[in-house]
Amino acid sequence: MVEKMRSVLARFTPGLRTLLTRGPPGLMVFIGILIVFSIIILTIIGPWIAPHNPFTPNVGKPLSPPSNKFPLGTTRVGQDVLSRVLTGGSVMLQVAFLSALLCFVIGVPIGLFSSYVGGKIDKTVSMVMDSMYAFPGLVLAIAIAAVFERGVVSMALAIAVVYIPSYFRIVRSQVLTIKELPYTAAAKAAGAKWHTILFTHILPNMIPSIVVVASVNFADAILTAAGLTFVGLGVKVDIPDWGYDLTSGRRDLASGAWWVITFPGLMIILLALGFTLIGEGLSELTSPRLQE
Amino acid sequence: MSLLQVDHLTIDYKTRKGTIRAVNDVSFSMEKGEILGLVGESGSGKSTLGLSLVRLVPYPGVIASGHIRVEKKDILQLRDREMRSSRGRKIAFVFQDPMTSLNPVKKIGDHFVEFLRTHTPHMSKKDALERARHILDELGIPNERISDYPHQFSGGMRQRIMIGLAIALNPSIVIADEPTTALDVIVQDRILDILKDLCRAHDMALVLITHDLSIVLERCDTIFVMYAGHQVEYGESEELYRNPRHPYTQGLLRSIPNIELADQKLDAIPGSPPDLLNPPKGCPFWPRCPHVMEICRIKVPPLIGLEVGHLVKCFLYGGT
Repeated sequence: MVEKMRSVLARFTPGLRTLLTRGPPGLMVFIGILIVFSIIILTIIGPWIAPHNPFTPNVGKPLSPPSNKFPLGTTRVGQDVLSRVLTGGSVMLQVAFLSALLCFVIGVPIGLFSSYVGGKIDKTVSMVMDSMYAFPGLVLAIAIAAVFERGVVSMALAIAVVYIPSYFRIVRSQVLTIKELPYTAAAKAAGAKWHTILFTHILPNMIPSIVVVASVNFADAILTAAGLTFVGLGVKVDIPDWGYDLTSGRRDLASGAWWVITFPGLMIILLALGFTLIGEGLSELTSPRLQE
Repeated sequence: MSLLQVDHLTIDYKTRKGTIRAVNDVSFSMEKGEILGLVGESGSGKSTLGLSLVRLVPYPGVIASGHIRVEKKDILQLRDREMRSSRGRKIAFVFQDPMTSLNPVKKIGDHFVEFLRTHTPHMSKKDALERARHILDELGIPNERISDYPHQFSGGMRQRIMIGLAIALNPSIVIADEPTTALDVIVQDRILDILKDLCRAHDMALVLITHDLSIVLERCDTIFVMYAGHQVEYGESEELYRNPRHPYTQGLLRSIPNIELADQKLDAIPGSPPDLLNPPKGCPFWPRCPHVMEICRIKVPPLIGLEVGHLVKCFLYGGT
């Protein structure tokens, strides 16, 4: 088991090391990956390393400021903030990954087929996507999340609906470009079937652009998820969640208890920052201007 | 019966500004293993004619009339599926720009595997790679490079790979659309020789489309000169070289530099090719023709047969 992990690590380290030789964008991706993976690992092992049960009330005096016993203070019901921060990332991460997955499996195929077929179908689908794009993201997400039962899946779905048009647009523009390139013409003249052209010639050549959109989408999903929780459309109270702590802790800010919302808020920002760094760095690394 | 028979083929591009007749009543035939040079300047319709042979004339082009018969079958009547399966298998195409004609994310071997397995689905990947190695050997590319990506090859090597893909299934016709335009002169010569030798060795007919009469004269059996969509002269290359009949062909031959005449002035054809949206009435070449007559401005000349197999579209040789 350990051996296997070591060999997997050994395979990825050269890739990570070359990132550091690629200038500022490479460094951005490197730091982004570092942040995101630290948070993922922290969230996974959180339940074991947390000093207290994140739910148990009155482990300390309510609203006690950071001290040796409670490094990040306690909430108004006396829960340990550190324990809640360590375990509270799972909802955000699940929502982010699930929504990105949904966007990917829905947005990418729609974009591929619609733009490859072209004509009236493409016009109609583009119009629908553009009208979705015209809505303010958070408002649309709130409306959709309000319709469904509260939970990770409905949050992910609400966010996915907002981001599918972004995937659609990038895929469509890429297909329209690649469709005209000589190698697709050559494939056609060599008797390739349409699905061969679509899946072996067009799709692999646009993966870099999709990856960039996906990582920006992750960052946005985190913030939107936090927003949904903030307006009360998040998960139920029995799961520790940074977004929930942010909502419940804001009442205590007036009484000077800054630590209740600062630390979960910081984690949300850090996670979003990590994904943004990856996305921005990748988009610069893959842009053709810099490759020359 | 000939291998390829094109009869009265006319291709139009229907644009918003009007109809452009890119190919105008063209007829010719090719035998097995024959090498045909299709010569014309930019916009003369030579590429459109080439693409029509695999039925891939780009939008908004339509084949307005005529027939294209390959092994007696009219390919314009084929169903899309049948047409697709004969592309690459019966008629192969080599494109102009080798730098972008290979998919950048696929290894060279995978290009061969995909192509071979499209047409022979039962072929195993191992067999396909074996065939690819064999072809690379024939092209003078070290076959261990089969797992390299396109960007690791030079332009000339990439064009050799494209040629390798084209001949991989022993098609009966290979169409090469300016295969060497993107390459430098020395590489150009080698590529054309490889193409010619391979076609001779495998008894494939080759249509070599080019704007450069000098490169086809020595390599082709027959030459087909196109001007503004018209077939202005057609004949065996030897005969055409010694005895060019059409004023346009004569002009082209005069404009080839001769290495032995040091201070020779090049004879260019005055004027420029016609705007195909508004072609001149009568013969398309009359505004530039040194021998223009009254009738040329009124009527399109008929295709006149001179010696056996030498055709010319010009009133100087008869016709009313």
